[in-house]
This record gives sequence, structure tokens and C-alpha cells, in this order.
Amino acid sequence: MIEVALRHRWPGTVLDIEFTAPPGATALFGPSGAGKSSVVAAIAGLLRADEARIVVDGMVLSDTAHGVDVPVEQRRLGLVFQDARLFPHMKVADNLRYGLRRAPAGPPDAQIRFDDVVELLGIAPLLARRPHTLSGGERQRVAIGRALLAQPRLLLMDEPLASLDGARKAEILPYLARLKQSLALPIVYVTHALDEVLFMADTLVLLEAGRVRAAGPVAELTARGDLPLAERDDAGAVLEARVAEHHPARRLSLLRAGPLALWVPLAPAQLGTWLRVRIPAREIILATEVPQGISLHNILPTQVVNVTEDAVRHTAMVELATGPARLLARVTPDAVARLGLRPGKPVLALVKSMSVDVLK
Amino acid sequence: MALSLGVAGRSVGFGLPVAVVLAWVLARGRFPGRAALDAFVHLPMVLPPVVVGWLLLLLFGIRGPVGSWLDDWFGIRLVFSTSGAAIACAVMSLPLMVRAIRLSIEAIDPGLEQAARTLGAGRLDRLLTITLPLALPGVLSGAIVGYVASLGEFGAVITFAANIPGETQTLPLAIYSALQTPDGEATAAKLALVSITLAVAGLAAAEWAGRRARAALGHRP
Repeated sequence: MIEVALRHRWPGTVLDIEFTAPPGATALFGPSGAGKSSVVAAIAGLLRADEARIVVDGMVLSDTAHGVDVPVEQRRLGLVFQDARLFPHMKVADNLRYGLRRAPAGPPDAQIRFDDVVELLGIAPLLARRPHTLSGGERQRVAIGRALLAQPRLLLMDEPLASLDGARKAEILPYLARLKQSLALPIVYVTHALDEVLFMADTLVLLEAGRVRAAGPVAELTARGDLPLAERDDAGAVLEARVAEHHPARRLSLLRAGPLALWVPLAPAQLGTWLRVRIPAREIILATEVPQGISLHNILPTQVVNVTEDAVRHTAMVELATGPARLLARVTPDAVARLGLRPGKPVLALVKSMSVDVLK
Repeated sequence: MALSLGVAGRSVGFGLPVAVVLAWVLARGRFPGRAALDAFVHLPMVLPPVVVGWLLLLLFGIRGPVGSWLDDWFGIRLVFSTSGAAIACAVMSLPLMVRAIRLSIEAIDPGLEQAARTLGAGRLDRLLTITLPLALPGVLSGAIVGYVASLGEFGAVITFAANIPGETQTLPLAIYSALQTPDGEATAAKLALVSITLAVAGLAAAEWAGRRARAALGHRP
């Protein structure tokens, strides 16, 4: 559990941020200049905000009201910078051990061990090399390992993939996912790339011009029609779905997200696995009657929660709910009028199996 | 000549630790009086060496405030001694050493020290494990430049430590003395040749050491 409240004033800009994050990975998402990196710097103690209260797992790191300000070197927060910042005069192995040597000796079974990190990040072949001989992706993996081995209470990542090209990014993302699964370590992840958010985050904090626009579970915020996320071409609700049935003969799998049942092309995942899927808003068709003789597999009974019209783009974002599961559909204002869509109205959401993106 | 090398060696021995600390403070410190300290460190470079020698004489002379204390407590007399010559050289070459080291400390990305900090390293820890190793090329070239400058120091040495053969008569002083004696030109020429050789060798060593150290850090030469 992370609690952050910050107020800081620079000439010309203001940071006024407050959010709490449950265990898991929290993404700070927003355009450049929104204050994401400042928040991370303040949590790490590198930025002294005018007013700050920062609590990580019950440990008060900053509290200006009570004069608490734990020095950076005693906070034990692993920070991964955009530009790796490996020590150029040390071999990879010595870089990795730098934080480990300075970490307090805890109970051995609770420690993040050197061999485990090397294995997790696949950096065994790099140990004897110097940082300047590594590629960008390798450097970033070593930087993540170095931060982990300092036995942090929290892993802070400030745009760790922003300096990498698409291929290098794809190389690292699986390591991040493994890291998240195998270590019960809270993560705060700063990014301006939505794909990284959808891949990594459980909780999303949307920042805009130094303020929190919205904060909550990823599934909840991606299903809202009134946030900047909904204005993107790739807007679409994220669902956590469990693999319920495989039908190899039909080459289909059935996923269940709460009361919603989704047919998708045969998924390469075991029964019972939790998958994260995204249904792009522009791929959803709304109907008031069940269509006949159609290739479609997914006809989902839902209820309209909210309709937000975008006057500039001549579109309407329709928020839909079935129990706790949420969907977001993008249709024309004309369709809204013809079907009489308003909050509370039951409506069928038609989703092609091919349109469901399985994220992981 | 051996005396000269010894004096210069001791000069660097005295001066380098002081230079490293001063360079670090000037490069990374934020405190009132930093500009004044900076100016003070550079004084020996802009003052006539004879003035520096005389000031040292005032300070470390047997009746000077520091000199009398050293004499009373430890029986150390610096004036007119080999150590005195080394101290005069150290003071004169200090600005050169501080400059070289400071530049290389300022060239280090502060982000690396920040990273070390987030990994749990305190101030002294960071200085010893990150800043100094990365500034090594500058420390090396500072030491060698200081050594070469010490070999050539004249004014401050002759004023503070005098020109005593076998004790404080360093190479430039010996050359000067040779030129003062009739028929001393041949000796002077020989000594001058030695002096030139030492200077060139010193500068070449500085270049080589700097290159080695930079290569180890992964910079292209």
C-alpha cells in the first residue's frame, strides 16, 4: 500500500498530486510534462517537495507536516532510471552487487537473491562485461537487477523502456511480467506508452498538468468514456478473464470475465489461467435485438451506464456494464439517437472473436 | 637530480590528498564562501612565486605562527630543509592539480552519484566508490602535472628553503647556480637537458595514464 500526497510549486508550474495505490503494479500515465517523473523523484527523496506525505507499506518516508524526511540512501526504494545509469568503472556483476552489499541483512528467506535475479533477467552471460559493451536493452535489464538486489521496499521505474526501440522493448517486457509475478514487490511504473500500462499495471493513475485526473483499477479507468484515454484511437476496456473452456475442434476458447462469456480464437494458455484482454471500443456494435444468421460469436447482454459525446470527432463513447464487468463502445451520435441509448437502457454488445486482443 | 625527484615526489605526496579534497569540495559542494575558497586556491598561480615563498616563510618560519608551534611540539623545522622545499613546491603546484581533478569530477554525470544514493550509499561511500574512481584520469594527470611543475619550481623554493646543495638545491636552482659560476655553462647545459627530458617524460606519462584510464571507463580515445 502506497500513499502519496505532494504539493510543489516551480516558477510557472504546480504539482498537486494525491493518490493511494494498493499492492501490485501502479502506472503513472500521462503526457510529458504532466509531472510523472517529479512524483517518482519525490517518492525516492531526490525531489524535496514543498509539502509531502509519502508512506510505503506503513513506513513514513516524507511528512513535511511532522518534519519527517528520510534521506535518499536510507529509503530503500529501488529506482530504475530511463538511462540505466550503470557505473561505467565496474563490471556488470559489481554493478549488481553495489546495492546488495549496502542492503541490511534481513531474514535469508525473504531476501531477493543474486542468482535468482540473474536467472530472472537472463543476464548470466553479461556478468563479466563492462556496461559500455552492452546493448540498450541489456543495460536496462542490469539496471533493473541492480535495483532489485538492493532489497527495496518498492520498485520505482521511471520510463524504463522509453529509450529503447520497439524490438528492444519487446525483449524486456516479458522479463518485467515475470518479475511482477515472481516477486511480491510493489511497483510504481512511469510511462507515456499505453501498451506498457496495459501490460504491467494493476492500478492506473492518470496525470495531467501536475494533477491527478483519475486513479483506480486499470479495468475501471479504461472503460470510462470521459477520460483522455477514451479520446485515443485505440481506446477500449480491459477485462481480467479466466480461461474456462478450450474447444480444439472449433478452434475456439471460452473466457469468462465475471458474468461475461467471451469466445476467442484458441488461446495458448492453460485452463484456469487469468488473461488480460482488451476489446477496442470501435470494434463493438450495439444492438437492441439479437441478430440472426451472423458469423458473430459474442452477443453480450449489457446495460448503458453513461454516454459521452465528442462534439469535435462526431462520435459517442458508450459505457456498458454487466455486473462488475465493464465495456466501452464507440458509435456515432446518430446510432445513440436511433437506439435511444441512455443510462439504464439494456442493450446487446456484439463483439467479433477476432476483435478481442489477448494482452497476456 | 635524485634530490629533485625526491622533492617533487614529496610535493605530490603532500599536495595530492589536499588537492583531491579541495577539488571535490569546489566541484560538488554548495556552501557560502565557495568562490572565496576557489580564489584562494588559485592565488599561488597568480602571485609571484617569490611572494608565495616569503608568505610561507612568515607562516612556517621558526618564529612564524605555524613554524614555531611545529618546532616547539615536534622539533620540526621546515625552513631551509628538503621538506620545506617540497612544501613550497606543493603549494605552487596545488592550483594545477586542483584544476585537473576538479574538471574531471565535474565531468562525471551527477546521475551516477544519484543512482548510488538510491542504492544506499552515503556521502563518503559515494566519494570513494563512484566519484574518485571515475575521476581517476584527472587525479592521475593532476598528479603528474603537479610532479612536473614541482620539478621546475624556482622562486618559492629559493625564498622559503634557500639554495643549499644536497639539501634544497633542486634542478632549476642547480642550473641557476651553475650559470652564476664561471665556466659553469657546460654543467648548466647538462642539467637543462636532464630537466627537459624529465618534463617531456612526465607529460608523456600523463597522456598515457589518462588514455589508459579513459579506455578502462569505455570512452573512445
